[in-house]
Amino acid sequence: MNVNQPSERQKMTFWEKLYLPEIARGLGITFKMLIGPKMTIQYPEEKYHPGGYYRGRPVLVLDEDGERCVACGLCSRVCPPLAIEVRAGETDREKERYPVKFEINMLRCIFCGLCEEVCPEEAIVMSKDLEMVFENRESAILGKEKLLVPVAQLQDRLEYLRMHQYYEPPARAQDA
Amino acid sequence: MPTIYIDGKPIEAREGQSILEAALEHGIEIPHFCWHPAMSAPANCRICLVKVGMPRRKPDGSFETDENGNPVIQYMPKLQPSCRYPVSEGLHVLFQVPEVIESQHAVMEFLLINHPLDCPICDEAGECKLQEYAYFYSRGKSRFVEEKNHKPKHVIWGPNVIFDAERCISCSRCIRYADEILHDPVIDFVNRGDHVTIELFPGTQFDNPYSMNVIELCPVGALTSRDFRFKARVWEMSFTPSVCPGCARGCNMYVGVLHNQILRLQPRTNMYVNQYWMCDAGRLTQYPFVNENRIDKPLVCTENGTLTEVSWEEALDTFWNKLQSVDAKEIGIVVSGMLTNEDAFALRRFIREHIPAATVMLMTVEDPEFEDDFLRVRDRRPNTRGVQTILGDVLASLSVEEFRAKVESKQLKLVWVIGEDLEQVWGEEGRKIADGADTLIVAASNASPTTQVADLVLSLATYAEMEGTFTNIDGRVQHFIPALTTAERPYRWGMKVSRWDKMGAWNDRWSHGPRRHCRPLWQMLAATASIAGHSWNYRKAADVFADLAQTVEGFARMTYALLDERHGIPLGKVDEPEPPVFHYDSHRLKPESEEYRYVQVYDKAEQWW
Ligand code: SF4
Ligand code: SF4
Ligand code: SF4
Ligand code: SF4
Ligand code: FES
Repeated sequence: MNVNQPSERQKMTFWEKLYLPEIARGLGITFKMLIGPKMTIQYPEEKYHPGGYYRGRPVLVLDEDGERCVACGLCSRVCPPLAIEVRAGETDREKERYPVKFEINMLRCIFCGLCEEVCPEEAIVMSKDLEMVFENRESAILGKEKLLVPVAQLQDRLEYLRMHQYYEPPARAQDA
Repeated sequence: MPTIYIDGKPIEAREGQSILEAALEHGIEIPHFCWHPAMSAPANCRICLVKVGMPRRKPDGSFETDENGNPVIQYMPKLQPSCRYPVSEGLHVLFQVPEVIESQHAVMEFLLINHPLDCPICDEAGECKLQEYAYFYSRGKSRFVEEKNHKPKHVIWGPNVIFDAERCISCSRCIRYADEILHDPVIDFVNRGDHVTIELFPGTQFDNPYSMNVIELCPVGALTSRDFRFKARVWEMSFTPSVCPGCARGCNMYVGVLHNQILRLQPRTNMYVNQYWMCDAGRLTQYPFVNENRIDKPLVCTENGTLTEVSWEEALDTFWNKLQSVDAKEIGIVVSGMLTNEDAFALRRFIREHIPAATVMLMTVEDPEFEDDFLRVRDRRPNTRGVQTILGDVLASLSVEEFRAKVESKQLKLVWVIGEDLEQVWGEEGRKIADGADTLIVAASNASPTTQVADLVLSLATYAEMEGTFTNIDGRVQHFIPALTTAERPYRWGMKVSRWDKMGAWNDRWSHGPRRHCRPLWQMLAATASIAGHSWNYRKAADVFADLAQTVEGFARMTYALLDERHGIPLGKVDEPEPPVFHYDSHRLKPESEEYRYVQVYDKAEQWW
């Protein structure tokens, strides 16, 4: 059973029992931070602008010639909490398929980024959007009109992804 | 019965079999693309190569042995295609050896050189033999860095089939199918080497009543269905074994379901009925009526002449009152061959117990043009034979005109139509019957002209929403299970489930799907009987079937489990099992949809329901 066992108390020395020196030391740190450089920002007056590493709301990439997504459904399959629903349709474009319907339920999404990782078309990426307010459950289900974001706004993330493509299929025994 | 040894394991093969066939029958999966049990073996894909040898003989004819006394096997210097190599006594086959594995890797690498690898946009992904074998029998890497060959990707072969030349691996299954099975050879290879592709002969079309079977036959996604194209990915669907209600042949099939809607029907192997095939008409026409134009709830005609939805209790009360308001002699019942054996049996019991004097007529739907010498038969109803067998002497032999005359002369005041549209089948006569009846009760699954003029409409479940059995034209009783949930039975116990069905919550938009308040006939009748004060004690279809098996002779000792095990049983043949036949399934990677175990869960659930 996962219950914390009470650990044996350590014997304290005389100085530790006094507490006062430790309190003074703690306050010392507090005052040092008070005059030192600030790590926090005055959100929401001041906005937070994370770098390409940030995993915010997943969005679909909109290229100049239309959406990249081919509605393969892999993101929907990999998504651990089943947040994504994709329905495919046929187009005349070279890639034949496009998503007729693409919905992400932001109440389900856990921002794991697996959809981005699995996408064969680099069509779904994690944006920097971190402000998500919904008034009801229905409005938390984002359709294509809310998901499509022009590729120009996503350059940071796409670059970051390209630089961090670690994955190399493991060599099998017989290749060696 | 020659004995062969695969990797040292002795196997009893049959005379004239190939090594591959013998191995498959004994559960050893040798990879194969081009071989199919129904067709000739051209041995052109080369993935099935194995090492073959015979015990070496001394000049005097005795076997040579090594120092341990084991026979010395002399293997052929080159690998042999196991799909073409006939078995012979004492044949030794090596399958799990480096040489064979090496050759499988090489074949896969060659096949993938020009394969576009567009799995994300390919409908076959998830049930593709090439994907499967790329996992099991390839290196997982390609050394080919040059530009791949480009070929046309959207060639329309006929009304139902689209061909993607890039994905084709030239196994020739489709060509042999058209030639050897359909005797309609309109396609063939053209060009050579890596430029090889398949073309239609000039001025022809791949237009055949059985053309869509090539879609499942094709080991890759080169042939896709124009009807199903891109509707869903296979891993999102559940595939429930069922029986086609399109005609009295009763082809076995899978019902592909997503979000409680049927998206496609595909053949399921049953060597006693349809082998590996199914007709295009069956797969294209036998699911839209389940999805569309349904009667969602029982309807009652109010004073001002409009049909209003009512609850089942109210509808069945009305039904029972209407039946009692006339003399039993004045009741005319029109029965469809669409009913299951269970429905027919419940109807027989209901008529015998409550309205024994009623006139019952079986409505048959025959279409001589539908008939051919392969699978399709002229009787367009799946269970005419079963309904005839079960209702037996309850059925009156009347012609449509006689029935119409009786209705018009008011000998029959109440007409109860079960499972058919009078007008669609009987035309003008049917309309006269519908108009002439004082009271018209219709049990139907779909809205039709007949339901519009009815006084009471009972919403009937379709074959996809109920469990039951059909008796096909040869008298074979075949069991099927529900593929869809209904509003009355929202749980999927005993059914196949997809990932969505299993994990979805009530507030996910997709998990709802359309659900109807429909019931199979036996359930309605059991409930009506209890209104009339009889308890039939039928809780599920199996209870009705058990009663049926005890009462009607041909069904004696049949159970659902036995029917499943023997791929259906002919009437009265429970005690003479047919010799077992190997049921080959080409694409085994089809997501084996999960199933909630029936017996325990279902029974428990019913108790607290
Ligand atoms: S994985 Fe990519 S291409 Fe496939 S459906 Fe998702 S976003 Fe579209
Ligand atoms: S980030 Fe994770 S949880 Fe969110 S949609 Fe993508 S896969 Fe699903
Ligand atoms: S289209 Fe399919 S079945 Fe026909 S040869 Fe090509 S891979 Fe084989
Ligand atoms: S032959 Fe008859 S039973 Fe078979 S698929 Fe066609 S319609 Fe259905
Ligand atoms: S299956 Fe034997 S060569 Fe194709």
